[in-house]
Amino acid sequence: MTGVSKTSPLSRAAKWFDPRARTISTIGFILNRITALGLSFYLFLHLIMLGQLAQGPQAYDGFLATVHSPIFVFGEVLVIAAGFIHGLNGIRIALNSFGVGARYQKATFLVLLSIAVICSLIFAVRIFTV
Amino acid sequence: MSTPKWVVTFQIYRKKGNADPHFDEFKLEVSPDEYVLDGIERVWAFHDRSLAFRHACHHSTCGACGMRVNGAEKLTCITLIRDVTQDGGVLRIEPMRNFPVVSDLAVDMGILYTRMEMVEHQPVNSDAKEAIQPEARPAGPVGEEEDYIRLSDCIECGLCISACPISGSSPEYLGPAVLAGAHQHGIKGNEQLLKLVDSEDGVWRCHSAFECTAVCPSFVEPGWRIMDLRKQVIGERFKRLFRGSSPKIIDTMEASK
Ligand code: SF4
Ligand code: FES
Repeated sequence: MTGVSKTSPLSRAAKWFDPRARTISTIGFILNRITALGLSFYLFLHLIMLGQLAQGPQAYDGFLATVHSPIFVFGEVLVIAAGFIHGLNGIRIALNSFGVGARYQKATFLVLLSIAVICSLIFAVRIFTV
Repeated sequence: MSTPKWVVTFQIYRKKGNADPHFDEFKLEVSPDEYVLDGIERVWAFHDRSLAFRHACHHSTCGACGMRVNGAEKLTCITLIRDVTQDGGVLRIEPMRNFPVVSDLAVDMGILYTRMEMVEHQPVNSDAKEAIQPEARPAGPVGEEEDYIRLSDCIECGLCISACPISGSSPEYLGPAVLAGAHQHGIKGNEQLLKLVDSEDGVWRCHSAFECTAVCPSFVEPGWRIMDLRKQVIGERFKRLFRGSSPKIIDTMEASK
């Protein structure tokens, strides 16, 4: 609508992330955006890291040592959590778009988010203990 | 016994012409069972006659009094003060988002009305017969079934457009009320409407935040309607795939049988 066209697209999109006075549905909307951005960034980083392979075995060994540091392992947990959240939330949205369960989208979101959290926790426990 | 009065601070958004917006504060003694619009009217009547806001029917029919109350979109003529604040509390009143502000709380909703016309939104519900069950008919002399018409649920208040994050970032997006209007009108056999709905700024622009459904005071469920429209659009596309490229000819033949 015309009332918004004067501000820049970036500042308009920044408002997507404001959950004030909004419902749980917006939390789903925001989570999907954050996880999508996170996963894209990860993919980019992943490709750069893989580029190390081309620089010989020594560089690659150094790279492996870095990724075994706790901060990287924590990052890996975040990536898996983002994958679960984005994937499961995506299933809800895809189903809704085929006219399935749109009236129950809040309940579906809460159930799928709980599954994502549980799966991420299990993964986190395993990766930090194995 | 009358309800004890509350003292509530109305923080009201003000903007005139090109001047920067600001908030004015008015401390009012109100009954918690009054509506937010009553308080705003009292500010206008007794404190500041230059305050601009829209209202007409006072019973959730004209759709004029939509505003943001403490951030959330509300039809202020049916929003009880006790539901949105407390004694000694604050009510921050702002104009709806995603529409140009004309003055203070009044926004220009012209684009919504134009788009509602574009999708042929009808003031009378198209499934009136089905919707008006005998028990839901008004008391009084009973006439023929045709005597009863049911007005469309959507009162074109614009609250759903204000709450929609995508209407905020993509002004070209038709918006929830408009798509709900298209759904109510029906896209089957309406090439033009189908084209409008099945476009970049139609149903596919929605990103499932469902805030439209949450704020709609009239239970239109725009979020569900957009999803149902998608299903219908996908169905139409499939039909076309199997019918070949000239569905109109088949339609015409079927119609002439
Ligand atoms: S769909 Fe609901 S919120 Fe949107 S304009 Fe119509 S009545 Fe208002
Ligand atoms: S004044 Fe008419 S809907 Fe509120």
